[in-house]
Amino acid sequence: MTTYKETFEKLNRTALIPFFVIGDPDFDTSLAVVKAAVDAGADVLELGIPFSDPIADGPTIQKADIRALAAGMTVQKALDFIKQVTDHKPIPIGLLVYYNLVYQYGTEKFLKDFKAAGGSSVLVADLSIDDADEIAIPAKDTGLETVFMVTPVTSDGRAKRIAEKTTGFIYTVSLLGVTGARESLSDMVRPLVTRLKKLTDVPVCVGFGVSTPRHAKEIASAGADGVIIGSKIVKMIEDNLDDKQKMQSEIAAFITQVKAVL
Amino acid sequence: MKHNGRFGDFGGFYVPEVLIPALEEIEDAFYRFKSDPQFVAELDGLSARYAGRPTPLYFAQRFSEHVGFKVYVKREDLLHGGAHKVNNTLGQGLLAKHMGKTKLIAETGAGQHGLATAMIGALFGMETKIFMGTVDTERQSVNVHKMKLCGAEVIPVVGGTGTLKDAINDALRYWTAHVTDTFYLFGSVCGPHPYPTVVKHFQSPIGTEARAQCLEEVGRLPDMVVACVGGGSNAIGIFSGFVEDKDVKLIGVEAGGEGVRTGKHCATLEIGKVGVFHGSKSYLLQSEEGQIYETHSVSAGLDYPAVGPEHCLLKDTGRVEYVTADDEDVLDAFEIFTKSEGILPALESAHALAYLISQKGKLPAETIAVINLSGRGDKDVGIVEEYRPVQ
Repeated sequence: MTTYKETFEKLNRTALIPFFVIGDPDFDTSLAVVKAAVDAGADVLELGIPFSDPIADGPTIQKADIRALAAGMTVQKALDFIKQVTDHKPIPIGLLVYYNLVYQYGTEKFLKDFKAAGGSSVLVADLSIDDADEIAIPAKDTGLETVFMVTPVTSDGRAKRIAEKTTGFIYTVSLLGVTGARESLSDMVRPLVTRLKKLTDVPVCVGFGVSTPRHAKEIASAGADGVIIGSKIVKMIEDNLDDKQKMQSEIAAFITQVKAVL
Repeated sequence: MKHNGRFGDFGGFYVPEVLIPALEEIEDAFYRFKSDPQFVAELDGLSARYAGRPTPLYFAQRFSEHVGFKVYVKREDLLHGGAHKVNNTLGQGLLAKHMGKTKLIAETGAGQHGLATAMIGALFGMETKIFMGTVDTERQSVNVHKMKLCGAEVIPVVGGTGTLKDAINDALRYWTAHVTDTFYLFGSVCGPHPYPTVVKHFQSPIGTEARAQCLEEVGRLPDMVVACVGGGSNAIGIFSGFVEDKDVKLIGVEAGGEGVRTGKHCATLEIGKVGVFHGSKSYLLQSEEGQIYETHSVSAGLDYPAVGPEHCLLKDTGRVEYVTADDEDVLDAFEIFTKSEGILPALESAHALAYLISQKGKLPAETIAVINLSGRGDKDVGIVEEYRPVQ
């Protein structure tokens, strides 16, 4: 398994990382969409397991979680889903999950099963660096990489501690707020990426509010190793629930379009 | 953070990274100001003259005759705003003021915490936003109106079940985006550290006063202290005064809703499993794989699938016994207490009264029970009318 660092170095450009809620709007459609995104050129995938109370997410991803749960998505099925994606094409997969789902499954068993399904890293949305060992230590033992968040209000000292716990990449939150597409890119992005690059060699990927090829290009020019696009893509699923072909082709076209500017 | 916010293994601060600096700031201010003579004097003055502390300990004679033992009532219902919530909103509001914050947000279920926050927002001239589930805005419309009259903006939360947990979800989301100038005034002893500790501190006068009043007026400590538990702030407040008195039995009463076996309840400590939710490790009502359940109670204030981490520890150590009272028994208790004392109890507090009624004939006549009447029931008259139309 190649590490994120190797993946980013090999690319020699900013990686495109689309985000999907696993099982949105249902298992089969979701799998087809994710495969289409991989085929269209996604470099890394960020996938989320739906949760009843996603406090770090805005309305678009909340609705996706509700759709997926209503269609019967479970943690076990999500792991099967990941296996089917990596069987389709080996691609680094970062998981975004709320802690209670991991906790109930059993942290060590969860990480082991996720690794076996072909996953690369786990980011727990509601687990900060202070309790990070609950996941970082078993993740390391399992051979997974760790991803933690840094935000515009994270101090340098804390960002350094976060970088020390991170083996995969730093998920840089581009703004203050929850996930969601935005008109313009936050002016906090460039200074934050520059600040992080001075502090650490760990790869830096930027997400939250990234909605257009122009945003992605700005993030690339700021020196980020990867750009994560979530709500904008999830909204394309929501907008095409009655036409699954169009859902796939629109998302594939968007990925091609973003990739062209990176 | 300087402290880990743990009660045994419960508690902690399981939040997205973006909220950590804000929690650190509150923790720092809390430990700096809680013993600061000027802060304490200001809070004590407002507690006395604005809120109405100390509250009396009242011997409920006719209700005592009904149950067959002596019941003393800690009258938090007499506080300004009609509930114990103002103890905490005054404390945290003052903290926010000393921290230089100008905006308050809060979640609310029954509306009592929302109202108590709106009052303090008006008192300190702070812009206030209250997040409230749409089911709750409907069943507690009078409180919504009162909050608006105090100048607060009430934000109806549509997501999920439209109750307290959804209000907290959206308040947290809003806070994430406005973390630099906004103080989140959390209403119960739940959520991430430092809230369980902060809220307990500001609610502890209930217990300190009740203990001293009992010794002075009754001449001895009570045999038992009873309080309702949703998130658990009024219970922690009164229990804190007696927890070291090993002979005083402490009873926490959760909402049994339509019955614990029906699945429509909030009996978190009774049948919940340990998990992580809203920033804290605690017992939770959840599915096998960890999705959080919808809850039900006749009282909006107890309608919550988690519970304060300190209650979880007090349950595990056996220091507090947690029981449930079903909706029907709570409505009976509301009627019996109102008829025998001329005091309308909040439906939340009526859970504690229902427990006392369940002990009728089982306890010696000289038994002394102290119950925390955490709020008044004016807000619930419409709901009671719906369930039990007055003939």
